[in-house]
Amino acid sequence: MDLKDIQELIKFVAKSGATEVELEIDNVKISIKSPAKKRRGVPDEISAVIQQAPTTQPPIVQQAPIVQQAPIVQQAPIVQQTQENTSINDSQSSSNEEKLNTETSSNYITVKASMIGTFYRSASPENPPFVNVGDTIQKGDTLCIIEAMKLFNEIESEISGTIIKVLVDDASPIEFDQPLFLIDPS
Amino acid sequence: MFNKILIANRGEIALRVIRTCKEMGVKTVAVYSTADKDSLHVRFADEAVCIGPPSSSESYLNIPNIIAAAEITNADAVHPGYGFLAENSNFSKICAENGIKFIGASPKMIDGMGDKAAAKATMEKAGVPTIPGSKGLIKDFNECHKIALEIGYPIMLKATAGGGGKGMRLVWDSEKLEDAWKSAKQESKAAFGNDGMYMEKFIEDPRHIEIQIISDCKGRAAHLSERDCSIQRRHQKLAEETPSPFMTKKLRTDMGEAAIKAAEAVNYEGVGTVEFLVDKHRNFYFMEMNTRIQVEHPVTEEVVDYDLIKEQIKVAAGIEISGKNYLPQLHAIECRINAEDPINDFRPSPGMITNFHAPGGHGIRVDTHVYANYMIPPFYDSMIAKVITVAQTREEAISKMERALNEFIIEGIKTTIPFHQKLMKDEAFRKGDYTTKFMDSFKM
Repeated sequence: MDLKDIQELIKFVAKSGATEVELEIDNVKISIKSPAKKRRGVPDEISAVIQQAPTTQPPIVQQAPIVQQAPIVQQAPIVQQTQENTSINDSQSSSNEEKLNTETSSNYITVKASMIGTFYRSASPENPPFVNVGDTIQKGDTLCIIEAMKLFNEIESEISGTIIKVLVDDASPIEFDQPLFLIDPS
Repeated sequence: MFNKILIANRGEIALRVIRTCKEMGVKTVAVYSTADKDSLHVRFADEAVCIGPPSSSESYLNIPNIIAAAEITNADAVHPGYGFLAENSNFSKICAENGIKFIGASPKMIDGMGDKAAAKATMEKAGVPTIPGSKGLIKDFNECHKIALEIGYPIMLKATAGGGGKGMRLVWDSEKLEDAWKSAKQESKAAFGNDGMYMEKFIEDPRHIEIQIISDCKGRAAHLSERDCSIQRRHQKLAEETPSPFMTKKLRTDMGEAAIKAAEAVNYEGVGTVEFLVDKHRNFYFMEMNTRIQVEHPVTEEVVDYDLIKEQIKVAAGIEISGKNYLPQLHAIECRINAEDPINDFRPSPGMITNFHAPGGHGIRVDTHVYANYMIPPFYDSMIAKVITVAQTREEAISKMERALNEFIIEGIKTTIPFHQKLMKDEAFRKGDYTTKFMDSFKM
């Protein structure tokens, strides 16, 4: 495999919507991970790890859990626009949730946005975040702020538990039903 | 010109607006409820924001969510389509307060025309012919009885906040008046929270003929001729055409002038439609003004060759109109295809469209947001497509419509295509001899 082949492969993985691809060809082992698109207009950061493996086995291609229903996969007449279509709640972020669900217990509760606006982890840039991964929270504790139309709305937790993951970056736009936090209620 | 327009609507009109924006180089934002995430308007827009759960009140009617969506996408204008918030003066006001241009009427214009009794008074003052009736709201039953005798039966009781046929009662003689008065008020209170009533002389066998107008920010108004929308079932239009088979040159000139007077009387800005009732003697009476783009706008587009959504966006961006009136150069007919079963009283038929093939060819236009394997959500109105044909003569437009309807395949749900096929064969329709009473005697 030469550099051009590897570049083509990386592009292909990005376009396909798969989140993780591992490939072994000849002496080369390639692992490509495509993380969730958190902000509109920010290109995907694809990380590719290439190793020389001392093996003479035939090429093995493994794929990690595939995203569900990417915008490209549809029954509608496909318009080229869909490739450029940037949905705020890109399927990639829901794949995060899915991957975590398959990796860990399905008891985790996903806190989803009930309004639209800008997500902030703290009351102001100087303040620390309301919650961090690993924190124990009680029902009624403030998790974050969603700002819309110059109003800052504190979002309170409906449950008690432990913060497992924060699914959205600070100061990013969020839409209705967008997953925000993963909480272990036990 | 606007940089980015958020379309606060769904279905075929959202797609319609997005298409014109693309041609104009304006970026688009679609908003959608969770039930609409596979909808075409979401796919075609440059950006999309989910704004709520399926119910309209929590999504497409949810003003804070829509404004928030405009904020986070930096949209500088909102196009409300038709229905939903298109004639909601509160929404128009809130857009203005948030620095977003509402591509529609100002709160003052919407309120002025939305209040039917007040609109009528404004029209009378402007010299636009109106239906003889009460001067404003009726105080009590005694006044009601008196006015009815003055105008002469048959009379129509109408809710001032009304729409869609609610709060309306037709009364043929004075014995039935009191019951009608009470039940109309009750119905209106329940539907609109307002039981104000006014009265009008009932025009027998009228035709519903409306005039498309456009006005710019300088208050200059022009008209783009008429559409005949008399084929209605329960006050819902089923098919429209232009020119009206009942129209004459003189009537068009007179009605056009009256429509322009109406627009100028309220300093209108944007596209709008002035609806008239026309009796058998070709007397015309102002009925109401719709301060938005209408469902049936394509028939006008096809005969004057202008993109009305584009013109609407242009005037909203401050571009002035020429002031020229436009007359129909061709003949166009539109059939609204609904997901309803015409054989079973037009019962709604949501569900999965298993097969879809739209008609094509010369003079055929189909505006639709559905496709094969699309699931029609049960939460919204049942219109799934509009078929528009255009030709040099009315006969040819009808033949084209027959051919198009025969080609149109929609399987998996029931549609009103069979109804339209029958309509095109109907003798009275083919003669152009129909009024708003047409559907009363039409049998599937």
